[in-house]
Order: sequence, then C-alpha cells, then structure tokens
Amino acid sequence: MRLPSLASIFRLGLKELKSLWADKTLLLLICWAFSGAIYEAATGVSQELNNAPVAIVDEDRSPLSQRIADAFYPPYFRQPAMIRLAEVDAGMDSGRYNFVLVIPANFQRDVLAGKSPDLQLNIDATIMSQAFIGANYIRSIALGEIAEYLTGTRAAAAAPVRLSSRVLFNPNLKGFWFGGVMEAINNVTMLTIILVGAAFIREREHGTVEHLLVMPLTPFEIMLAKIWANGLAVLIGVSFALAVMVERVLAVPIAGSLPLFLGAAACYLFAAASIGIFLGTLARSMPQFGLLVILCIIPLMLLSGGVSPRESMPQFIQDLMLAAPTTYFVRLAQAILYRGAGLDVVWPDLAAMSAVGAVFFVIALLRFRKAVTQTQV
Amino acid sequence: MDRPPVASLSAVSHRYGDALALDAIDLVLPAGCMVGLIGPDGVGKSSLLALVSGARKIQSGRVEVLGGDIGDRRYRAVVQPRIAYMPQGLGKNLYPTLSVFENVDFFGRLFGQDRRERAGRIADLLAATGLTPFRDRPAAKLSGGMKQKLGLCCALIHDPDLLILDEPTTGVDPLSRRQFWELIERIRERRPGMSVLVATAYMEEAERFDWLVAMDAGRILGTGTPAELRARTATATLDAAFVQLLPAARRGAGGGLTIPPRAATGEADWAIEAEQLSQRFGDFTAVDRVSFRIGRGEIFGFLGSNGCGKTTTMKMLTGLLPPSEGQARLFGRPVDGRDLATRRQVGYMSQSFSLYGELTVAENLDLHARLFHLPAAARGPRIATLMQRFKLADYAAKRAADLPLGIRQRLSLAVAVVHEPKLLILDEPTSGVDPVARDEFWALLVELSREQGVTIFISTHFMNEAERCDRISLMHAGRVLASDTPAALVAQRGAATLEEAFIGYLEAAGGGTTLTVDGEKTAKTAVDREPPEPPPALTVDRQPGGIFSLRRLLGYAGREALELRRDPVRLAFALLGSALLMFVLGFGISLDVEGLRFAAIDRDQSPESRAYVENIAGSRYFFTRPAIVDDGELERRMKNGELALAVDIPEGYGRDLRRGRAPEIGLWIDGAMPYRGETVRGYAEGMHQLYLQQLARENVGGTAPAAANLVTRYRYNQDVKSIYAMVPAVIPILLIFIPAILMALGVVREKELGSITNLYVTPVTRLEFLLGKQLPYVVVSLISFVLLVIQSQLVFQVPIKGSLAALTLGATLYVVATTGLGLLISTFTRTQIAALFGTAILTMLPTVSFSGLTTPVGALEGASYWIGQLFPASYFLVISRGTYTKALGIADLLPQFLALAAFIPVLTLLAVALLKKQEN
Repeated sequence: MRLPSLASIFRLGLKELKSLWADKTLLLLICWAFSGAIYEAATGVSQELNNAPVAIVDEDRSPLSQRIADAFYPPYFRQPAMIRLAEVDAGMDSGRYNFVLVIPANFQRDVLAGKSPDLQLNIDATIMSQAFIGANYIRSIALGEIAEYLTGTRAAAAAPVRLSSRVLFNPNLKGFWFGGVMEAINNVTMLTIILVGAAFIREREHGTVEHLLVMPLTPFEIMLAKIWANGLAVLIGVSFALAVMVERVLAVPIAGSLPLFLGAAACYLFAAASIGIFLGTLARSMPQFGLLVILCIIPLMLLSGGVSPRESMPQFIQDLMLAAPTTYFVRLAQAILYRGAGLDVVWPDLAAMSAVGAVFFVIALLRFRKAVTQTQV
Repeated sequence: MDRPPVASLSAVSHRYGDALALDAIDLVLPAGCMVGLIGPDGVGKSSLLALVSGARKIQSGRVEVLGGDIGDRRYRAVVQPRIAYMPQGLGKNLYPTLSVFENVDFFGRLFGQDRRERAGRIADLLAATGLTPFRDRPAAKLSGGMKQKLGLCCALIHDPDLLILDEPTTGVDPLSRRQFWELIERIRERRPGMSVLVATAYMEEAERFDWLVAMDAGRILGTGTPAELRARTATATLDAAFVQLLPAARRGAGGGLTIPPRAATGEADWAIEAEQLSQRFGDFTAVDRVSFRIGRGEIFGFLGSNGCGKTTTMKMLTGLLPPSEGQARLFGRPVDGRDLATRRQVGYMSQSFSLYGELTVAENLDLHARLFHLPAAARGPRIATLMQRFKLADYAAKRAADLPLGIRQRLSLAVAVVHEPKLLILDEPTSGVDPVARDEFWALLVELSREQGVTIFISTHFMNEAERCDRISLMHAGRVLASDTPAALVAQRGAATLEEAFIGYLEAAGGGTTLTVDGEKTAKTAVDREPPEPPPALTVDRQPGGIFSLRRLLGYAGREALELRRDPVRLAFALLGSALLMFVLGFGISLDVEGLRFAAIDRDQSPESRAYVENIAGSRYFFTRPAIVDDGELERRMKNGELALAVDIPEGYGRDLRRGRAPEIGLWIDGAMPYRGETVRGYAEGMHQLYLQQLARENVGGTAPAAANLVTRYRYNQDVKSIYAMVPAVIPILLIFIPAILMALGVVREKELGSITNLYVTPVTRLEFLLGKQLPYVVVSLISFVLLVIQSQLVFQVPIKGSLAALTLGATLYVVATTGLGLLISTFTRTQIAALFGTAILTMLPTVSFSGLTTPVGALEGASYWIGQLFPASYFLVISRGTYTKALGIADLLPQFLALAAFIPVLTLLAVALLKKQEN
C-alpha cells in the first residue's frame, strides 16, 4: 500500500464538479433547494398557532358572549365564523373549522350569579400540532375576557404565587426561525445522498469506475474525490442558505458561530455522502437506487428530531435513529444556531456523527470493488 | 430506375451547436434497391438517416420520403408505419430484460397488430433469422450478432417499404455479419419492392450494395453503383475509390500497412502468462480454463465472436475481476487488483466507451495524465503529441459525448497510452472505426510494439486486423480453440483465408453449430417454406393508427410491466417499501409531547419549594433530571439541549408564600423547537394552575369557584393519540413518494439508454406512450395502497370509521395524479440524477409541509397556501383523514374528489406538451 495521492483526489474531484456543472437542470434544482425552498418552508408553515379556523356558537347573545367572540382575531385565529349548533358537526367534519367554541344560553347570567358555567370547546384532534396549543390559547383568551369583564383586569385576582415564563433561544416561539433551518438540513441530507450515490451508479452504468480501477487509483481515493467535490457543492449551497436566506432574508438571529456550524455541516456531508455511496453499492441500477433513497431519506428526515421531538418517539425508534448521522446533526444545528452552543458543548455529537459516517464509509469501501464488477455481469 | 425516388433531400443542413453535421445536401435516393451510405465516422451518415426516418427534427432544407414531406407532422404519422429504423449501436432500441419474443411482440403491438397476426409474423421472422431456439432468452444475454438480428426482426415486423439500418454490423463478428447480409438478401427476395438504406464503414460490405453515396465532412463526394464509382476513379477496390473521391488534403499517407518482423527476444521473457484461467458467474462459465503466454513486444490477438469470453479474460488480466480458478502473471508478478505498481505499466481500453462524456477531449487527456502522475513538465508536450498523432486537435474543445463513435475510440486509445505503458490491453479498440482511421490506428500500434517494445494484447473481430498480429488465439464459448501465428492457423486447417480457417475451427468445436450454423439451416428451410404471398392483413396495417390506439398503449404498458417483473428488487421495494416506511413512521412520528426533561434550581430548599417541584415531577409529561446547582449550570444544561424546562425557585420562596408576599417562580423554556416550546409552556402553566388550586384548598379549605370553566372535547381522536392522526396522514405521504419516484425514471431512463427512439419512429403517439408507461405503476401503487390499509387495520388498529369505497376511490385518483407528477418531471429532465433529485425536492416539501400534514392548510400563508392548494396530497389527506377518523363518505368529500380528478388531465396534458416526438 501507499499513501493516498492528494493530487489524484483533487483532480478527480474537479472532474466531478465539471460533471455537475454540465447538468443545468440539476443545478437549477439545487439553487431552488437552498433559496426558494428554504424561504417557503420558513414563511409558509407555522408551527405555532396561526390563522386557526375557529367558529363560535353563541346561544347566549349577551355582551359577555359578544366580548369573547370579538377576542379572536388574526394572526392566531381567523375571524371567527358565527354558526348554529346544528352546523357544528358538518363544519368540523369537512375540516372547515378546527375549533368550535360553544357558549351556552344564559352564560352571562350564570357567570354573574357565580354559578361557574361551562364553555364547551370542540377541537379537531386530527390536527395534532395545533389542537393542544390552540386549546390553551382559547382557554386563556376566553377566561381572560371573563376576568376582565368581571374585575376590569385580565390578571387572575392576586395569585399567591406569580409565574414568569421566559422562553429561551426563540422568545416569541416563531415557527419560521425553526422551519428554515430544518428545511436546509433536510435538503442537505437529500441532496448529498442523491448526488453522490447517483453519480456513483451512473459511473458504474457507464463503466467509467471500472476504467478508474485499472489506473493507479484506489477505491479510497475515488470515494474521497466524490465526497469532497459533491460535499463542496452542497456546502456552498448551505452556506448561502444560512448566511443569506436565513440570516438576511428571513432575519433570524443566529445565536452561535456560523463557521462552527459549517464545520459541523462538513462532517455531516462526509457522513451523508458515505451513506450515498453505500446505497450506491447496494443498488444495481438507477431505478433501484431511487427507491432505496426514498426508503432511507424519509426516516432520516422525519425521525431525526427535525419534525417532531425525539423524546416522544418510542424507545426503539430513538435507539435506531442513533445510527443515523442526521440525528446528531439536527441536535448540533439546534444547539449551535439557536442556543449559541460552542464546540465545548457540541463535541460529543460531532464525534458521534463523524464516527457513524466513518462506519458507512468503511462499509462502502469494502463493498466498492464487488459492486463495480457486479454491474458488468 | 424509373420508379419515383424513395427519398429526396434538398438543401438539407444540420448542426449540433457549432458543428456542422450536414452541409446543404441535395440527394435523390432510388427506390426498390439497396442504397449504401459510405464514409468514415462523423461525416453525417447517422444524421442523414435520422432525418430520413423522421427521428430527428429537420433544421433546414426539405426531406421527402415515400412521396411526402417528412417534416410535416401529419404526414409523418401516416408514413411512419411504412418505415423501419434501426439506430446505431448494438441493440440500442431493444429492451435488455425482455426476451427475444417479447421484444418483437412489443414492436408488433406498436404497429397495431392483433395477437394472431403477431404470433404468425414473429414465428416467421424468428425462423428466418435463426433466433427460434433463443425465443425466451433475454436480449441482454444475446451476442452482438444476435442482437442485431433481433433488431432486424423488430424492424421488419410491420413489413416496411423503407428499411433504414445505421451501421448494423459494426461490432459484430464475421460469421454473424455474413449471415446478417444473407438474411437481408433473402428478405429482399421475398419483398422486392422494399428499399433498404444502410450506413456502413465496411467497404467490402458496400461492394454488394446496388447504389452508393460516398460522404465526407457533411457533404456528398459522389453517388452511383459500386462499379460506377470504381470506374470513375479508375481504381480496383471501393476502398481505393473512396480515398480517390476524398479531397486531396484528406487522403492520408496511402499505401498499405507493412509490419516489420518482430526481433527475437529472450525465450522466457513473458509479459503475460495465463494459466488455466476460469471465470464463473453463478452456473454460467464465461471463461473455461484458458491458458496462453504473450512475449514482450508481441502483438497478440484474441479473435472471436461477441460474448465468447474475450472481455472477461481481459478483465481478469487487469485485475478487475478476480479469477474463479487459475492464475495470471504480468511481467512475472501475479495479478493483484490492489497492486498499483503494475497498473502504471498497463494501459487498458474497455469495449464500451468509458471516458467522461461531459469532459472535453483535452480535459479527458489532461485528467488521465494527472491521474497517472505524469510530471507537470512532461504533461503538455505528451498531450500535444497525442493530439497530433491521434488527430484529435480539431476536437480538443469538444465534449467527448458529442464525438462520433470512431473519434471517441481514438480518444480512448490516446488516453490508454497517455502514460506510455509497457503493456496495452485493448478490448475491440477498432469497433466502429472507419478503414482509413483503422490503418492509422494500427500504424501506431506497430510503432509502439516494434520501436518501443510495448506488448499489445488486442481483441478484435476484424480478420484483416487479426492477420496483422504476431500470434492469435481463436476463442469461442469461453474456450481457446487454437493459438498460433495467423499463417500457421490457416495452414493447419488447409483453408484459403483466416476467416475460413476460423469458421472451420468453430465447426470442429461444435459450438458454432448450435449457435449459428443450426440457425442458418432453420433459416433456409423457413424461407423455403415461406408462402409466396405476405399475410393478407398487411394492407389494414398501413392505415395510420389514428389519434389513439388502445393496443399501442397496452403494448407499452405490458412492456413496462414485464420490465418491472424482471427486476424483483425494484418490484419488492415498490410493493413493500411503503409498508415498511409506514411501520417506521406510524410508530415514529409522534406529536404526543411526552418525556420532556426538566430540572429545578431550588434556591430555597424549603418544604414549599420541594412541593412545587414534586408537583411537576409527578406529571407524566415530565421526566426529572438531577437538580441544578447554580446559574452557570442552568445556562449550560439549557444550551446543550439536555433540558426542555428549568424551574427556578427563588430564595425565601417558602417564607414569602407563607407571608402572602406572592413570590415569583421562573420558568425557563427551550424554544429552539417552537412547537415543543409551546407545548411545554402549556403544560407548565397548566400545572401551575393546578398547584394554585391545590394551595387554595389546603389553606382555605375550599376556594371560590372559577368564574367559568372551559370544557374541552377532543373530537375524532378522543385520546389525542398521535397514531390515530398519523396513520391516515402517512398514507398520502407514502402514496406520493414511491409512485412518483418509480415513474420519474420512466421516460428519462429511455432517453439515457436510447430506447426512446422507438417513440420517435413508430406510430405510437405521445399520449399512448405516457399513459402506457403510467398504467403498470398505477396498478403497483394501488396494490401498495391495499397493503397499507391492511397494515393500518392489523398492526396499528386504526379503524376506518367512514366509507372504504370513498377511501379507495380517492386513492385511485390520487395515485394516478402522483404517478402523473413523476411522469411530468421525467419528461423535462435530461438525466436520471436530475429526475431523481427533482422528484424528491419537488414532492417532499409540499407534501410534508404544505398539504396539511402537520399544519392545517387553513393556517398556511401566501405562496405556501397556493402550493398546497395546487398539490394533490392536500386533497387526499382530507379524504384519508375524513374516512378514517370522521366517518365520512363519498358525498361528503365530493369537492376533494373533483379536485383530485382535475389534476389528472392537467398533469397528463402538460407531460404530453413537454415530451418531444422527434429528437432535436
């Protein structure tokens, strides 16, 4: 054996970049992935309550009930629809309303009489993400209005213990702070795995990898060349996504160090690219690879903690996802970008992620020769 | 020749980018005979044929074929059933996983023939071409010659009036080549009216044609019968005639190639030693105990038909393929794939073009020079020398993919010798290279061998090339039949030529009989038995198929389904992939926020403060972590994400509480993930309220009732369990990704592999093509849907409260729309990678984020809202949730059904509009 040749790795990588440059449709899609898609994902979707469609059945028609109805307004809620009791089921069935608040007859009278009457809130629980949060908001709005109506002040009368909640890292819990960055991470995962893996399959289908293997090149060099070149392209994309799209256009303050994040991203790219090549050695043709990628990317994206919190997943899924570099990267990204964590805090995740990447790299390396000769048979 | 011409071209020019392929051609081609286009590679022969066949779009000028303007779309539809076109490249328009019969059958369907007619015609054609014994063999496993015969069967299935063959015998062994032309002769005897238009680079083949067009550099040099051409140029052979027709500057050195005898070297100085090499793939033995030795500086030839094991043997010698048995040594050292030192001494040129198509000629050379670590100073001059010697200078800045075959082969050889190797292993290097270039190529090989002592191991199927070798091995069916100098081999068989000797060895080995000679016999008898009149259905076929033919559509559908069935891995993923993902996602995506980690910083340590902490710790939502000691630790543990919530109880809390001073408790919430942050805040504040009520009860022994209570009723999902919400939502996700990805490679793969030509030159319409390809994937996706529903019942036990019929109807409309989406992406992308990535990026975001999966569509804003509205997943999600959780039926979901149905024609029409029926 001999030391890997850096010059060869560099040259082969340049070739890889040229191939990428030649496919304009692909370039266009990459640009979209790191600009428009980020913007849309960030601004379009709100994980907080936003524009929730709400309806009110007002059977009381009193000043108090009117007051409650008027308290719902954008951006949290849509202008509430005033409907009849008979319309509740149809409206909720069709998904027209997610929340229906029923104010019973004689509500104001009962409140004043101290009878402590009930308001009924119907919640469409199929909308998991908003059902609980929305219910809390509606509760606090309705009870607040009643308190203000009775005492002239929203605060519940002289509580024995006051509570002051402070939300760290994203004080107003703005969804787009989160959505943009997570979309960037998702696109990095998807792009890297597809680019590297598909480039490998294409070279296998065209016989060019075989050609490389009769030159003084090792599979190690060939793989590293693919990884650095495609990784660089994606890294440029993600730098743009964060520095321009997230920080400037969306004006999300980045708490930590952007260079640290990009360094972590580079480690992640290595891991994702290794997975890409690994999948490329498993599949025998491009259509097979396409399906493998989907089977692999969807769990990576949805179960790594970027969409729903990890701790609410079943234990076996949590354990399984520890074998995925994305899990560590999502955690790292949240720590660095939102919580301003430094290397001293994130190094265990960084190390774990690189180790997972290295494992995939080694497996791919071991399968490399076999996979290349298999194609030709 | 008083018949109207079969085709006439006037002022036809064609360019690719800057390169002029055809330069104002005026040409009239006579009908009813065999017309040959001769000339080197890259002179415009293929472009001309593609224009005549209607496969390529005419850029300028006018082309009339069979009496009409082929540039006119309507005329093309009428005339295409009368034309057959076989593109260049072995089996380029065939489907490798389909059997011989299935390939021909598919073409029959495209021309609208019914089952009975197809069966009869296929039986005739297979008998005539000798392919009957191989009826069920996949096309990929045929030899080159058999592939071309199969291509011919596919072309002749509809009795064309004009048969266009683009270099049909390039890369085919001599025996098969001879049989191929005899076959064409017999077919012409049967159908004397048929015109045949052939491009070829083999001059000896052209001698047999009726009328020739000599071409060079996009222009016509001369036309006429072979005899006329020879007479006009006063030459004895067509080869010489062609050279005379060339402008003086392009004639080359002229004169035959002389090979100086090899100087005798030491006896035991072997460059290559192969001992009993064998290679088995499964139960198939590709190479069977092959042994030979090649001396230093020798030119050693491997002669044999395609698929006889030449390539496999060469791969074992390069170390690409470890032999199953036996041993090989290069320069006395055993071959080891990992040994980089030997690789520097070897130059390898593989059979298929394996350079980088997207790099230019100069870049390819430079890349390889660098990869072989040529010193910087030597690189420039070496590349310049190669450019000049291989005549590549004119193409230096062109992308390798755009080069004609012959020039690409020249580039491959230049690359193979860039590092001046001591041993060259060349796998059919001259396939597709014209005679002039081939002689130049050989001159170079001779120079390398005789002057620089380079050992050359070359495989070929050209007899005249084999004769130039010092020694040759005749190979057949994985075994070496004989090995000696060409002259000795001829003498041993007592034959007149090497070709005869070769055929003699083949027959002696018995292998040839089963493969080809037998076929020949069957073929002859089949022709003899042939009824004189063609089947009567013939005239009916001639009617253009009209706008829409279900048979052609089903032809494509059947073929696509067969291909899918032949790829069990892909089929398994397509069917079971969704079920597997549902299993993971159904359990995995949980919006039940539980198990949140919290810790307290209790600065008071009083019974009251501990009671507060226990109040939270007792909840099922929170999971207690060790207490926090100081502010620094609080910050650190929040920062590294360990804690979702920290409770800060001030000093003197208990005292203040007792004295009614209303102490303040601080909550620190991790807001990095907004949804989780909101939920944590909701939980914590709720528990604080409970604590207050409890406090009031304890102190006062009863408390004033609240002014009013809010009673919440979670509908459709009383337990607010994620699984009831997620399972119906996961189905729409899965029924978009996998069907769209399956479909997305459909068209673009045909573009990359070349079988898209069948769309260009057969009567199949774009709509039939697209719908036909879509149909099998719709069926697969529906099966997948059924599996998902069964899984939702048995594994997740999420009951369907509403109408199953409504869910099924919705799913059907939905998968038609999602496969349509994949098809649309497939029509506008050019590479499989782009199609794959495009499908992923264009479907993933809208499905996960904009269709109501986590955020209700009503809560979306701006462009996202509209993307959601214009995306089929939004509608199916409502149907899926409605039928699963809300007990809805078809009537309730009518708007969603209509919306989904509306996607189908829109997507299909867009795809039709974007798909081209001709190549540019």
